[in-house]
Amino acid sequence: MSNGKQALADWTTGAEAIVYQSCASCGSLQYFRRSFCRVCGAPDPVEKCASGEGTVYAASLVVRAATPEARAHVPYNIVLVDTVEGFRMMAHGDNDLAIGDNVTARFAQFAGRLVPHFEKVK
Amino acid sequence: MSFITGVGLTAFGRHEGSSTLDLMSKAAELAIADAGLTRAEIDGVLCGYSTVAPHIMLATVFAEHFGICPAYAHAVQVGGATGLAMTMLAHHLVEAGVVRHVLVVSGENRLTGQSRDASILALAQVGHPDYEVLLGPTIPAYYGLVASRYMHEYGVTEEDLAEFAVLMRKHALAHPGAQFHDPITVTDVMESKPVALPLKLLDCCPISDGGAAFVVSRERTGETGVRVLGCAQAHTHQHVTAAPALSELGAGIAIAQAKQAAGIAVSDVRYAAVYDSFTITLAMLLEDLGLAARGEAAARVRSGYFGRGGEMPLNTHGGLLSYGHCGVGGAMAHLVETHLQMTGRAGDRQVRDASIALLHGDGGVLSSHVSMFLELTR
Repeated sequence: MSNGKQALADWTTGAEAIVYQSCASCGSLQYFRRSFCRVCGAPDPVEKCASGEGTVYAASLVVRAATPEARAHVPYNIVLVDTVEGFRMMAHGDNDLAIGDNVTARFAQFAGRLVPHFEKVK
Repeated sequence: MSFITGVGLTAFGRHEGSSTLDLMSKAAELAIADAGLTRAEIDGVLCGYSTVAPHIMLATVFAEHFGICPAYAHAVQVGGATGLAMTMLAHHLVEAGVVRHVLVVSGENRLTGQSRDASILALAQVGHPDYEVLLGPTIPAYYGLVASRYMHEYGVTEEDLAEFAVLMRKHALAHPGAQFHDPITVTDVMESKPVALPLKLLDCCPISDGGAAFVVSRERTGETGVRVLGCAQAHTHQHVTAAPALSELGAGIAIAQAKQAAGIAVSDVRYAAVYDSFTITLAMLLEDLGLAARGEAAARVRSGYFGRGGEMPLNTHGGLLSYGHCGVGGAMAHLVETHLQMTGRAGDRQVRDASIALLHGDGGVLSSHVSMFLELTR
């Protein structure tokens, strides 16, 4: 991060959290971490923790994986989720998820790492 | 003005013992001979990349190996759109007077030069290293995601997608250089092994060895000329997570700009060469380009519209799905076949009229697009 600001820990660094950024200048949201807003260029977007709630936008059940580590998990469902906060993210999900399902995130181990895993809201 | 003056294409499949440079050289030699030129007349070189032999200066590595000293040379990297992006650049280079004859070349021993896992892993790196790749997606999974959404929004079925695999295989049967020579049916596609649902093995292009090349020149070198009428690109995102809505993808943007540059309409087109890494890619691109209405491309395949004798012959060599996919050279084969069709040299595969062609390439996950119109001039 610019200006030496500490980033919030999230699943990409092994913590049980989904973090996104919000621009203090223009209000745009972004999921991929940057030191600036991708829309207006303003520096230091504010980091926030997402609720983990969202809707399934797309899903693909992976049956053929490319590494031995991933192969141990097949089949696993790769999903794109539109979060209630308003950004889209890729994650894992239960194998029976369908587009439009309301989902909530938990965290699971995959190939030696922590990953977000969505399941239907009960 | 610029002309595609010569084309060269190897068979795709297994080239045991051939390196990236071997396959590039073979295709280059064919293209230069086809243009009626000598090596010494080539003053520009544009090449793609090789996942088997990555190099920071592949164009000069190739030029030295091939024995030429071009005035202009470098590699280009736009994934599956690289072939047409290089053609677009070559078109502008010769129009601007920078060089006279640009050799556009690519080749890769992607099938025999590395393991299948290594290929799949290398390609999955088009995903975001922190936010996507760690989740274990594959290229088929990125396109599987897009397919699931496209099917949901436009009522396309897996059987619809299977039609594209069957059509490409049917076309490949007429080309001796194609990787596959056995006919397939919709049932075969439906029953093929699941890879990344809804995509199954026969919805996916294979991994191949092969090479392709062409020469782009300021003036024609033969009696018939294949002229670049106009071309355009669009780049909306890299990662599928950051892709815009299906209705706002780059193919629609690129084709609109290319139509303007060429001064023609899609209704003028007589032959289509469209990127087909997966069945969903082809279905979506045909509809994005206006070659079929939304959700109706499969119906057009069933009615024979895209067949060799149809109104809009498509990828008559078999496309990536059945001629094969050796990386950058894969989609360059579409242009080689288009050139053969336009100049009446496609033999048993010859279509009635290919006087105006539309070509489209896609790189990444529908991330980078190049649309191009070619015209036959006598």
